[in-house]
Amino acid sequence: MTVNLTQSLRDGADFRRRIEDQSGQTLSDCYQCGKCTAGCPVAFAADAAPHQVVRMLQLGLRDEALATRTIWLCAACSTCTTRCPRGVDLARIMDCLRIAALRQGKVRAGRQVALFNNVFLESVRKYGRAHELGLAMGLNLKRGTPLKDADLGLGMLKRRKLRLAPSRIRSTGEIAAIFRRAGEMEDGK
Amino acid sequence: MKFAYYPGCSLHATAREYDLSTRAVCDRLGIELKELPDWNCCGATSAHSTNHFLSTALPARNLAIADEMGLEVAVPCAACYQRLRMAQNDLARDPVLREKMEAVTGRPYKEEGVRVKSLLELLAGQGEALKSRVVRPLDGLKVACYYGCLLLRPPAVSFDDPEHPSSMDGLLEICGAEPIDWGYKTECCGASLSLTDEDVVLKLTRDILAVALGAGAECLVVACPLCHSNLDGRQGHVNKKFGTGFQLPVLYFTQVLGLAMGARPEELGMNIHFVSTDKVFKKCCPENTPRKR
Repeated sequence: MTVNLTQSLRDGADFRRRIEDQSGQTLSDCYQCGKCTAGCPVAFAADAAPHQVVRMLQLGLRDEALATRTIWLCAACSTCTTRCPRGVDLARIMDCLRIAALRQGKVRAGRQVALFNNVFLESVRKYGRAHELGLAMGLNLKRGTPLKDADLGLGMLKRRKLRLAPSRIRSTGEIAAIFRRAGEMEDGK
Repeated sequence: MKFAYYPGCSLHATAREYDLSTRAVCDRLGIELKELPDWNCCGATSAHSTNHFLSTALPARNLAIADEMGLEVAVPCAACYQRLRMAQNDLARDPVLREKMEAVTGRPYKEEGVRVKSLLELLAGQGEALKSRVVRPLDGLKVACYYGCLLLRPPAVSFDDPEHPSSMDGLLEICGAEPIDWGYKTECCGASLSLTDEDVVLKLTRDILAVALGAGAECLVVACPLCHSNLDGRQGHVNKKFGTGFQLPVLYFTQVLGLAMGARPEELGMNIHFVSTDKVFKKCCPENTPRKR
């Protein structure tokens, strides 16, 4: 891949600053030792190693970073954050990248995860709690895989480990207001 | 001793044996758990992958409720624990965020709120009380203590060494079990990816099972409902995908504690696992093998 650094550094400067602001991290702290990648449990399945994602950000390669599958594979286990010799909280940077990709509609590499998050949060917004059976079925319907994990679902129902009806908290209005105000605040950022 | 109790969504459903065994153990140790009234979901990974403010606001509402109760909070689920502690740390550090969260949740926040403890941390502090209540020592049962990721990381919210934790090992030793030394104590099982990237989860889960078994474990012991549903619930999928024949029981640490304190298996929900827990019983309490359901 050929990169015009003069251009990418200029074009990506705003984005880099925004990620630094939101995550509270200084991207230039990373000296690319690769310790995050060595400990990352999902690096084996990723298209860019975690330290390479940081490198993309350092170089202003916004679109490239947001298009990686890596940011969506990240399971938020924080092994990288725990081991970074420079104290960079990479797990938090990954959060910021997922949020940025979502806001810019660039979720092609993470459609499944974004869909899951959406269905999960919809359940929380409506009931105040996650309704596992409802969200697994909703997810299956939306992605056209109606029987995915049906064996597990049945096994759980048999063991009374799934509630048929959602458990709804009393203050659902308060939760809906939290979602609305948090959404407005994120938009105003 | 009285604690506010935040069970989280899983303990009311997929992890109800964790709830059952937590209550059984606390009851026997004289710890009163008072469930947070009208608690809401912590938002888990989905919230912090979607909206910065929501990821703090959802746990923050629960923190405000706990503050009103004026009790320390006990949290069994590793994911909930991490979200509550992260929100609390961020609120303590950032007065601007506190103001914003007051606007979002309509509830007040001080710099320092009530203490949030993971259930493991809480019970690890009760070693002496536990010792005096062990009536059925587990007689050298070889256990692999699996702490997973969210309970101990990032270090800012950890109560144990994030790389070499020992709190669970210590508790199980008091119960007469023999915690084995193994290398995957804090590896991640893939947790939240189980509904979106099962292949990744199955590989990670297979590795954990294989390493535990290779180190001589007779069962895995966990402190997180997500770990449990991957390791126990998906063990069959692992066997199918990799042609393995794992039959490794996966217990919550509270179930092991309860067992040692003489609780009946059904009381601890040991009959609602996917992988049979009979092996553990045959070894520890042959007189009391759980009823099949």
